Amino acid sequence: MIRFLLKGILRDKSRSLLPAIVVALGVFLTVFMSGFFKGIMTDMIDMNAKFTTGHVKIVTRAYAENEDQAPIDLSLLGVSEMKKQLQQEYPDMVWVERILTGGLLDVPDENGETRVQGPAMATAVDLLSPDSKEAERMGIQNSIVKGRMPQKEGEALISDEFAEKFNVSPGDEVTLFGSTMNGSMMFKTFIVSGTIRFGVTAIDRGAIFMDLKDAQMALDMDDAATEILGYFKDKPYDDLAARKLEDSFNARYSVESDEFSPVMIRLAETAGMSDYLVIAENMVSIMIFVFVIAMSIVLWNTGLLGGLRRYSEYGVRLALGEEKKHIYKTTIYEAILIGIIGSIVGTALGLALNYRLQSHGWDFSAITGNIGMMMPSVFRAQVTPAMYVVGFIPGVVAMVLGNALAGFAIYKRKTAQLFKELEV
Amino acid sequence: MKKIIIPALLAVAMGVSAQDAKQILETVDRNMSSRNRIFESDMIIHGRRSSRTISSRTYSVGDKQSFTEYLSPPREEGTKMLKLENQLWIYSPSTDRIIQISGHLLRQSVMGSDLSYEDMMDDRKLTDIYDATLEGHEEIDGRDTYVLNLTAIVDDVAYYSQKIWVDSERFVPLKQEMYAKSGQLLKRTTLSDVQKIQGRWFPMTMVYKDMLKDGSGTEFRVKSAKFDQDIPDYIFTKAALKQ
Repeated sequence: MIRFLLKGILRDKSRSLLPAIVVALGVFLTVFMSGFFKGIMTDMIDMNAKFTTGHVKIVTRAYAENEDQAPIDLSLLGVSEMKKQLQQEYPDMVWVERILTGGLLDVPDENGETRVQGPAMATAVDLLSPDSKEAERMGIQNSIVKGRMPQKEGEALISDEFAEKFNVSPGDEVTLFGSTMNGSMMFKTFIVSGTIRFGVTAIDRGAIFMDLKDAQMALDMDDAATEILGYFKDKPYDDLAARKLEDSFNARYSVESDEFSPVMIRLAETAGMSDYLVIAENMVSIMIFVFVIAMSIVLWNTGLLGGLRRYSEYGVRLALGEEKKHIYKTTIYEAILIGIIGSIVGTALGLALNYRLQSHGWDFSAITGNIGMMMPSVFRAQVTPAMYVVGFIPGVVAMVLGNALAGFAIYKRKTAQLFKELEV
Repeated sequence: MKKIIIPALLAVAMGVSAQDAKQILETVDRNMSSRNRIFESDMIIHGRRSSRTISSRTYSVGDKQSFTEYLSPPREEGTKMLKLENQLWIYSPSTDRIIQISGHLLRQSVMGSDLSYEDMMDDRKLTDIYDATLEGHEEIDGRDTYVLNLTAIVDDVAYYSQKIWVDSERFVPLKQEMYAKSGQLLKRTTLSDVQKIQGRWFPMTMVYKDMLKDGSGTEFRVKSAKFDQDIPDYIFTKAALKQ
């Protein structure tokens, strides 16, 4: 019977073309939007994890309370010992220390006086140790626009936007002015080894990346860091595992009455990130739900129109002795076949566009230019195995649902009126 | 008749009060301001982890020129600050750089203290930037004080209004509260150890508390104060920063 129905669908295109187009369009949008938003959300979470939150983050309790001010005076002390301990107790994680501080990036003229200056966020990571993976983790090497990575102490990378704005080139000197951990004035002159652009407006606006040792020396932070970040060794962020880790660490080391005791915060606990995680994890389900509802309504109407158009056909079939139930069943089978055909076409189109956006991205920097939050300015889709099948759910379900609703008209058909109608 | 007399008496009383307040503020200015001055002082900054003391020597001429050289601890030794009109430069001996401080950075804390660069720069007479009204009398540490409310009459002022408690005998402020235009209390200063120096009363200890920060404030102790001295002009040049 399937073969018979398939022949009918292919030969009578006026019966199948419009519903198939609607299904294909809906499935295309489901697959595309799922991949696109999943990509954006994943990028945002990944970016935040790499740059600011880690999968888990350890700071002092006092620092956690005032984190938005980057209070360097509330940093962690004795970080080498703490890292050693963490490595022993939680061997499935990679632990890295970082220093974040705000300051003023000052570019001197030939007399050593201020030529131009601007506010900057300084990030210190381990760039020079041979076994450090920090540069790779943050994608620093791939983000260099001009020049090269720092190769020795006293070299730093600055944001390309800052360099362009203030006419600074690799090889020039810049001075970072701020406060040390003890509140003293901090002046540290760096040679710009290169300029960097991450495609993240919040970072690209004004940033300087330096080696951890340089920062520790300049900021009087011997064996201190503003934070220790932890990353799962071989897997992406896992909230359940992170929660277990967080509970275990805080129960053991965090003392409520001691504002300088360490506290662990998992990525999902960081301001706003929990919402993003929930959305990212459920993006496919959200898209399916939205499109099943929307497409069912459209296909219900399409089915009603088709039903009207096939009014005579149903009449003849009833007159020939076919049961109403059988006609209804074949209509549903037809719907399933059209749904599958439309879903194949829609999935193929959606995946093609997502693959394209996954590799090339979509530049939204004109819109994200003034957004302070950490989000990519080039949006990339993400193709997951689920996206190969996910379109079939709204495609087939909506088509069947639409036709099932419209098909009830068959039961209202009265054979008594049939011959009168056929006379016309 | 009552309707005319009471408002008239009130108006006279308010006029007298405003007149008194202005005179009080002028007398305060005569004590606190001078043609020029040289201070040697210790700034004790109470941080959340530890306290530290920074010694400095400051030369000032009126409210337009000021030069500060930090003497200790070794981390700060040789750091110099020069203020000319509304501009501020800092010299760092470790980098041999002169950096100009401007814009929002002027509101940042100086060396982790409760004082901002803006606080340090603004040496104008109170009568030049505030209008005063007398609120009444209060006692502070056994001394009678006038309580004045000050409201800014110029735009370029760090604090829109102040409440100031002035020793009614020595005409020196014993307490100051600085407010934003919204009415939020931003800073509180208590002044003590009032001594007579070259015929004027002057508080030798001041405790500044930034009310938006945790901590127990910054103590500023004047070790020596000299007024109306001969200060060479070259001190107030950028060249002096590198010397």
